[in-house]
Amino acid sequence: MTVLSDRQQLSYIASQAADARLNVELETEGMTLNIGPQHPATHGTLRIICRLDGEQVVWAEPSAGYMHRGYEKLTEVRTFPQVTTLVNRIDWLGSFANEVPFILAAEKLMEIEAPPRAQVIRTILFELSRIANVSLFLGDLGVQMGAITPVFLAFRDREYVLNLIESATGGRFHPNFDRIGGLKDDLPAGWIDETRQVMVKLREFCDIIEDLLFGNEIFQSRMRGIGIIPADVAKDYGLSGANLRASGVDFDLRRDQQLPMAWDKADWKVWTHPDGDSFARCWVRLQETRESCKIVEQLLDQVPAGPIMTKVPRIIKVPEGEAWVSTENPLGEMGYYVVSKGDLGPFRVKIRSASFNNISIVPWALKGVYVPDIITILASLYFILGDIDR
Amino acid sequence: MIQFAIEIPYWGQSLLRVLGGLVAVLLPAGTIVYLFLFKMMSFMQSRLGPMEAGPYGSLQLVAEVGKWMQKEDLAPDAADHRIFKMAPLIVLLSTFLLVVIVPFGPDAYFTNFSVGIFLGLAVASVSVLGILIAGWASANKYALLGGLRAAGQLIAYELPMVLAVLGVVIQAGSMNMQEITVAQNTGSWFGLDWFGSPFIVTQFVGFVIFMIAVQAELTQAPFDMPIAESELVSGYMTEYSGFRFLIFFIAEFATAGVFAFIASVLFLGGWGIPFSWFGWDNIDQVPDWMNLVGPLIMFTKMLVLTFIIMWVRFSFPRFREDQLQTFAWKVLIPLALLNTAITAILKVAF
Amino acid sequence: MPDKPKLPGLFKGLGITLGILKDTVVDGANTVQYPHEKEAPPIRARGVIALHEDNCTACMLCARSCPDWCIYIEGHKQLAPARRAGGKPRQVNHLDRFDIDYALCMYCGICVEVCPFDALFWSPEYEYSEPKIADLLHDKEKLGEWMETVPEAPALEAGAQKK
Repeated sequence: MTVLSDRQQLSYIASQAADARLNVELETEGMTLNIGPQHPATHGTLRIICRLDGEQVVWAEPSAGYMHRGYEKLTEVRTFPQVTTLVNRIDWLGSFANEVPFILAAEKLMEIEAPPRAQVIRTILFELSRIANVSLFLGDLGVQMGAITPVFLAFRDREYVLNLIESATGGRFHPNFDRIGGLKDDLPAGWIDETRQVMVKLREFCDIIEDLLFGNEIFQSRMRGIGIIPADVAKDYGLSGANLRASGVDFDLRRDQQLPMAWDKADWKVWTHPDGDSFARCWVRLQETRESCKIVEQLLDQVPAGPIMTKVPRIIKVPEGEAWVSTENPLGEMGYYVVSKGDLGPFRVKIRSASFNNISIVPWALKGVYVPDIITILASLYFILGDIDR
Repeated sequence: MIQFAIEIPYWGQSLLRVLGGLVAVLLPAGTIVYLFLFKMMSFMQSRLGPMEAGPYGSLQLVAEVGKWMQKEDLAPDAADHRIFKMAPLIVLLSTFLLVVIVPFGPDAYFTNFSVGIFLGLAVASVSVLGILIAGWASANKYALLGGLRAAGQLIAYELPMVLAVLGVVIQAGSMNMQEITVAQNTGSWFGLDWFGSPFIVTQFVGFVIFMIAVQAELTQAPFDMPIAESELVSGYMTEYSGFRFLIFFIAEFATAGVFAFIASVLFLGGWGIPFSWFGWDNIDQVPDWMNLVGPLIMFTKMLVLTFIIMWVRFSFPRFREDQLQTFAWKVLIPLALLNTAITAILKVAF
Repeated sequence: MPDKPKLPGLFKGLGITLGILKDTVVDGANTVQYPHEKEAPPIRARGVIALHEDNCTACMLCARSCPDWCIYIEGHKQLAPARRAGGKPRQVNHLDRFDIDYALCMYCGICVEVCPFDALFWSPEYEYSEPKIADLLHDKEKLGEWMETVPEAPALEAGAQKK
C-alpha cells in the first residue's frame, strides 16, 4: 500500500506503538483468536485472525476463500444464458440483483435494450431483492448482539417478499428470471396488488425494527461511536453501498449513472449519515429499505403495457467487445466486466462484488476494539460470504 | 420441623426434604423451560414452538433430555479432565444449596436458619466457581474468555444484590427468611392491613436492583456475555456436550427459578397471604393447610418473576463487557448504597 | 428533530415483544405446522421437472444447455408407420432413457425453456427428498408421473403482451 491517508498513517503508528508496548514493556504475548471459519458471527466461512491483548484486538486480518466457487472461471465455459444461473448464487440473499448487471453488460455488447415494461419490472424485482436482503440484515443485527426476537420477525416478513419473488419468477432464492433482451416471463395476474400489500407489511417491519432495536439504549450504546470509518478511509478501501453512504459520501449508482432501468421514474432519496460508525451503517440500511418500498410502490403504478422481450436470436452470440456495467446492489457496488470474443459464452468475466471490498477494511476498522465490538462491526459492515469468495 | 397431624419419623422427614428439594429445583426448571423458553419465546417471535412431543409439545423437554443423555460425553484432549467433568456439578450444587433457604409454608421449609438470606447470597456465588473452572478446564480460548467474563460479571453483580437485600433486611429486622415473610404479611400501611406490606412497595428500588442483579447472575440477556453465542460461540459451555451440557442447562433455569423464589420471599411476601384476611396475628396461628397452599402461592409468584426475566431476555440485545461493569459499579452500586442509607434513616426515624 | 417526551427504547421493545405475544395468542402464529398442514406453492414455483414423454424427440437440446449436465438422454432411431397410407415409413427418435439427477440440478429452468417440443414442464411438487443422494436420479417413468401435477400457466398481469 503506497498511498496512506493521515489517519491510516496515524493508526499504523499507533498500532506499531501498541505492538512495541505489548512486546517490550509488558513482555506478554497476545493471544491469537481465530474467529471462524466456523463461528456463529461470520455467518458463513469467513475467518478472521485476531491477535488479542486481553479482550482488545491488536491486529486482525480477514482470511477469505473458504467458499471460493470459481465463478469467474466457470463463466468462461458457460453460455450467456447459463451464466445468470451461476451469478445469482453470488449474493444469495439478493439474488435477482446479481443477474441485472451481467445482463445489462451483455445487452450493452449486443447493443440492444430491454423494452420499457421489462425495465420497470426488472427494477421492481431488483428493489424487492434489496428488501429481502436488507430486511434479513436488520434481523440478523439483533442476533449478533444477543437479541433473538428481531431475526424471527425478519424471517417472517422477508417470507412475504420471497413469496412475491417466487410467484413471479418461480424461484425463491435463485430467480434466474433475467434474460438478455428482457425477462423470461410476464408477471402473473394479481401480483401488483399483492406487492402493494406486502410493501405495507414491510414498512411495519421497519417500524418494529426501529423501535425494537434501533431505539434500544443498549443497542445504541453498542453501536454508536464504534467502528468509525471516516469518508477518506472508506474511499481508499473502495467501500461502497450503505457502508460508504454511512460515512457521509453521497454516492449511489442508482442515481448517479444512466442505465436502462427505471429508478429515475420514481421519486426517492439517497440517505447518508455523517457519523460513519456502526450505528450509521445500520441506520442507512434501515432507511434504504424504506426507500426501496417507496420505489417499488411508485413503480407499481407505472408498469407500462407492452412486450417484455425484444427480438433476440434464439441462440445468443454476443459480438466481440468489452463492457463494464455496475449497479448499486443490496451490498454495494456490484459490477461485471465482460469480455466477449463473439462466442456463445463470455471469454472472460471479472466480477466486482461489494462484500470483498467492504471486508477489506476489517484490519483497519478492528484495530483497538474489544472482542464484542468485532462482532458488531462485522455485522454492520454486512457481508455475504458468497459475495466475498464468489 | 414439618408438623402435620401425624408425626413423621426423622428418616421420613429427611426423605421428604430430599424429595422436596428435587421437586423445588427441577419442577420450576421444567416449567420455566417449557412455558417461557419454548412457548413464550416462540409466541413472541410469531411462531408456535415445539408441537410434536406430547400434547402441545409439553413433553419436548423430556425428549431433549433423552437426546442429551444419549450423546457422547466428550472432553477435549487438552482439557483438565477431572475438573472439566466436575464443573457442571458444582454449578448445579449451588442451585441445590440455594433452594435450602427458601420457605414454602409456615412449616414447609428445608432449614430455618436465622441468617438464611446471608447463606443464600454466599452459596449463590459458588456457581461462579463452577463456571470459572469450566471455562479454564476446557482448554478453549472462547471458553476461557467466557469463564473470565462470567467471573468478572458475577462478582460485579454480587455487590448490588447484597446491597439490595440489605434494604429488605433492615426493614424486616431479620435475616431469617420466615421472619421476612411474616413481616411482610403482618405489616400495614397507615393502618390499612388488608394488603399486608410487601417490600416491593417500600423497597421498589431495591427490587429493581435485585432483579437486574439476578438477570446478570443468571447470565441472561442483556447480560449474557459469558455465553454470548455470537461472539464466544457458547462461552464456558463451548466444549460441553451430552449430559454435562444438560446439567448446565438445567442449572441455568433451575437457578432462575430459585432466584425468583428468593425474590418473591424478599419482596413479594413469599408463601403468605395477608394474615389479616383470616385474622391471624403471628406465624403460630397459621393453620397447617398453608403448608400446601403456600408452595402454590410461591410457584405463582416465581412464574411471574421468571416471566419478567425471560421477557427481558427475549427483547434486549446484550451489553458489552466493559459497559456492564460500568453499569454495575457506577449506577447500580451507588443506587443500592443510597437505597440502603435511606432505608436505614427511615427505619431509625420511624 | 425536536425532542419530545417519549418512552425509553427499552420499554418500547418490551411492549413490542408483548404485542407480538398477544397477536400470536389471539390470531395464531405466522408459521405453518409443516407435515400436518402445507402451504401451496405458487403456480410458477420451480419444484420439479416433469416430462411429457410423447413429445420428447431425444433432440438433446436440454441436455446440452444444462449448466451442470445433469440430464442423461439416450435414444435410438426407429421406423414408425407412415402417417398417410402408402407413404414411406417415417424415421423417428425413440427415447430410451431420460434421467435427471436432482442432486446436481440447479433448478434454473433452462432445459424447460429450450425444449422446442414442449416436453418438459415445471411442477410445483416439492416433496421428493430421498435418504440416499443416489436415489435422487429419477428416470423418465418417475418424471412422467409428475406430469399430472403440472398446473395451468397463470393468467398474466394487465398490460402483458401475449407471446
